[in-house]
Amino acid sequence: MLVMKEKLDIILSSFSGEGRELIPVLQKIQEEMGYLSPEAMLYAAEFLKIPPSNVFGVASFYEQFRFSPVGKKIVMVCQGTACHVKGAEKVMNEISRHIGIKEGQTREDMEYTLKGVACIGCCALAPCITINDDVHGRLTPKLIEKIFIKKPVNKKTNE
Amino acid sequence: MSDVNIIIDGIEVKAKAGKTILDAALENNIYIPNLCHHPELVPTGTCRMCLVEVEGISSVVVACKTIVRQGMSVSTESPLINSTRRATLELLHINHKQDCTNCKKNGICKLQEVTAFVGVNEGRLKLLRKNKPHVPPDKSNPFFKLDHDKCILCGICIRTCNEIQGVDALQFAYRGYHTIVSAFLNQTIKDSVCESCGECVVRCPVGALVPKHTSMPSREVSSVCPYCGVGCGILLGVRGDKITSVTGIKESPVNKGRLCVKGRYGYEWVNHSERLKKPLIKKGENFVESSWDEALTLIAEKLSKYKGESFATFSSAKCTNEDNYIIQKFTRAGMLTNNIDHCARLCHAPSVAGLAQSFGSGAMTNTIGELGKAGCIFAIGTNTTESHPVIALEVKSAKKNGSKIIVANPREIDLCKFADIWLQHKPGTDVPLLMGICKAIINNGLEDEEFINSRCEGYSEFKESLKEYDLKNVEKITGVPAGKIKEAAKVYASMGPSSIIYAMGITQHTHGTDNVLAISNLAMLTGNIGKKSSGVNPLRGQNNVQGACDMGALPNFFPGYQKVLEETVIKKFESAWECKLSNKTGITLTEIIDAIDRKKVKALYLVGENSLLSEPDANHVKEALKKLEFFVAQDVFLSETACLADVVLPAASFAEKDGTFTNTERRIQRVRKALNPIGESKPDWLITCMIAQKMGIKGFEFSGAKEIFDEISKLTPSYKGVSYERIDKTGLQWPVYDKTHKGTPVLHKEKFLTSNGLGRFAKLKYRPPAEIPDKEYPLLLTTERSLYHYHTGTMSRRVDGLNVLNSEELVEINPTDAEKYRLKDGDKVSVESRRGRVNAVIKTTKKCPKGVISMSFHFFESPTNVITNPAIDPVAKIPELKVAAVRIQKT
Ligand code: SF4
Ligand code: SF4
Ligand code: SF4
Ligand code: FES
Ligand code: FES
Repeated sequence: MLVMKEKLDIILSSFSGEGRELIPVLQKIQEEMGYLSPEAMLYAAEFLKIPPSNVFGVASFYEQFRFSPVGKKIVMVCQGTACHVKGAEKVMNEISRHIGIKEGQTREDMEYTLKGVACIGCCALAPCITINDDVHGRLTPKLIEKIFIKKPVNKKTNE
Repeated sequence: MSDVNIIIDGIEVKAKAGKTILDAALENNIYIPNLCHHPELVPTGTCRMCLVEVEGISSVVVACKTIVRQGMSVSTESPLINSTRRATLELLHINHKQDCTNCKKNGICKLQEVTAFVGVNEGRLKLLRKNKPHVPPDKSNPFFKLDHDKCILCGICIRTCNEIQGVDALQFAYRGYHTIVSAFLNQTIKDSVCESCGECVVRCPVGALVPKHTSMPSREVSSVCPYCGVGCGILLGVRGDKITSVTGIKESPVNKGRLCVKGRYGYEWVNHSERLKKPLIKKGENFVESSWDEALTLIAEKLSKYKGESFATFSSAKCTNEDNYIIQKFTRAGMLTNNIDHCARLCHAPSVAGLAQSFGSGAMTNTIGELGKAGCIFAIGTNTTESHPVIALEVKSAKKNGSKIIVANPREIDLCKFADIWLQHKPGTDVPLLMGICKAIINNGLEDEEFINSRCEGYSEFKESLKEYDLKNVEKITGVPAGKIKEAAKVYASMGPSSIIYAMGITQHTHGTDNVLAISNLAMLTGNIGKKSSGVNPLRGQNNVQGACDMGALPNFFPGYQKVLEETVIKKFESAWECKLSNKTGITLTEIIDAIDRKKVKALYLVGENSLLSEPDANHVKEALKKLEFFVAQDVFLSETACLADVVLPAASFAEKDGTFTNTERRIQRVRKALNPIGESKPDWLITCMIAQKMGIKGFEFSGAKEIFDEISKLTPSYKGVSYERIDKTGLQWPVYDKTHKGTPVLHKEKFLTSNGLGRFAKLKYRPPAEIPDKEYPLLLTTERSLYHYHTGTMSRRVDGLNVLNSEELVEINPTDAEKYRLKDGDKVSVESRRGRVNAVIKTTKKCPKGVISMSFHFFESPTNVITNPAIDPVAKIPELKVAAVRIQKT
């Protein structure tokens, strides 16, 4: 808790604490911490002298803000028309099987977040996904395996 | 303000300058459809229903936000307006759950009203009606629910919570289609910061926010809230023999329609199954129901043996003035002793004593409604939001009007959010803090010399005594930086009119009277007394604690603070009551307990008090009461204390009798009978009269409360001009000198009520609290109150919803201390002092300073007063309920 407070102190040090800074403040917090935690929003509310309910009202208005933590790798599976026709559902199931979480979830080790999204504008590559900023297209089960399967651990070298 | 002439739909009407077109139209009985408008709130223009055309302006405007101008010509309808309105309205309808016949707002719903006026095409609606993504209703709050599918997003609830309540629990969240009214994080309302006041529920124009339990009454009776000293005007809604709703009276100058959660929703106890319905007589270990005659015969026979000093009465600040008058008359004229007291001893005895010394009268000097116009409000030792919720609204609205707010409190109370300056002094250091402020005022030459010279005495001695309080020293004792003290001094002295409000944080100390005197000093020093929006304002706790004091339920005063030791006064009452009276001052509540313990007092008549939970060192009280030879208790419920009695008499509640309560601002208000007494219960005054008559004592043959009040006004100078007729609608503030006098909103205007008319400065010495933390008991325990309960909980704990909102005794502790003792939220602990121990549950909060823990005393399961300190103030005899040394341990 204290650590969190100190972190936020640093994050907000470039702001003056006026109500109109709300959106930039929220953006900055999300940039630094990955998402808007309840504690961070309460902190912002106190810092900007805005009721917490307003902070949440504004934050929930914009798509860009997240209220739960996301993994290091955000996997977005396109579910647009083209990808849908080319078997987006199968892609989702395959990935889900490999990384062990369902759509909308984040893995406990914070490695992956899996999300279904609307057309990502690469229809020619359907079915496709993005992992953070990289696009992977024309996916096949083989390809998916290659992308997600962990390298087999070489026990000998480990010893 | 001047009037302007405008034309609405060809008709010339007058409107006050500054009003909106919508207000002007509605005031002139011209309807313009509107949904998001509320007369008490700032308009936002969201619903677009009130569109009108103004000649000369090309586009349509919203009437609720457009201010009238001289000569303006307005059309409320046109083809464009009508079609726009209809389209907007249809949009609302297609998202609205059609449920009118089932809806609590059926017939009073504004969506229905507007629809009836504008008209919609049901055929088209059928086609368009979308299944709005169903959002489950929020039923978390025990008293009301929010049905999102009926919400028209007018924002009235949000603005109410912000503008009127100052809580900001609600806001719009999400976007477009998904927009809903939501608390922070889309939490349920119960888990949010909501205070359950229900103000938003009252204002919601449709069936989205509706009460859960209240139902439409068949008749309404106007009365006064039975909980706290604010004395809000209420309408009791009755159906058959049950109370089914409570509404705030808009015309009441006290609350202007507003209520807190207890007043609005806390009425269930009246019809509770545990109400006492028959007299009970203890036979062996158990109570046995008896007839009134059997009980009265027994009481009369027993009490006749204890006339004089071996008898004592505890009267009640919950009872009406009429009850209290009769009870003290019985004690004095019937039982021939002045041994009568009530719980004011435990709250504001120092105010009565201290203010009488400084000003000659111990009550709020000003009126609640004046707070809103004060330049500065200094709130010391009062957690107003929790204990006097509706007065807190006045403080918040003062802040909105630009007043400066100074809060002095060891804990970070809710009002700190609204404060310009927060002085966080250590518990029990009020005298040095206040004297320090006085010192800083004089150092800066901000004192009101003219006022001091013409209206006060004792100034030079007082000034001399300030030498002790140089700010460095004060900083050391109080823990408040000298700079802050100077700042507070400057604001209080120069931003006037400045009003001081205070409560038990000031009085419940062994130096409670000194604290009060220090406050008086500060007010006189700056001339902040005797004029509007200034003054010294003790916020009284119980609904009728002011009245119980006024009626002489005190060991040293007859009604109207006429001294029991004054020969002429005794003569006056002896001739009025046709009896011989004791010329000895009685003993106080705390002293009565001791006298019982020492078997000096052998018989006790206890009306409506629950001493086992309210008195300090409760174990001692219990042991003492067991020594009584005869003990009669009279109450609406079988309280923890009443269980020890020999006879228990069933009393009628406030809703079942006529009478008057006097609120904290000295306003005498009518309480009216709304129900017949439950079971065989009877009004307290009637019970006492029946006992007296059974004992053959004369002067108790009253036919009703009104007749008693007439006797009160004859014998009580400050009530002289009051009669039931005069206070039928609005109460009057005493003193009311005669039948034409309009009462006294502001005391001490030309002169003080002291014998020579001068206010008296007091020189004061700092005395630390009687018990301070040490090695063995390292923490300081302070007591406080919760918004959701009242006093010992006899009433509020019998309201299910209030128990949902606050179900157990919480020990509030600073997170750092919690860490030190390895405690976390929800841990069960025992808190122990030199007098005993109680169990409770941990709640960590930064609001508690380090080294201090805080508990309430509403829960019989955790009787906090087992551990509080009975050390008393030498003058007012109030125990030090605010400071005790304790230790804490996980159980
Ligand atoms: S009940 Fe009162 S505090 Fe709660 S949301 Fe409504 S207005 Fe706000
Ligand atoms: S709940 Fe009622 S008051 Fe609040 S926005 Fe919805 S309709 Fe308006
Ligand atoms: S503020 Fe006091 S008098 Fe008013 S409703 Fe609440 S408890 Fe009753
Ligand atoms: S539908 Fe998948 S990228 Fe367009
Ligand atoms: S009443 Fe004017 S816009 Fe809603």
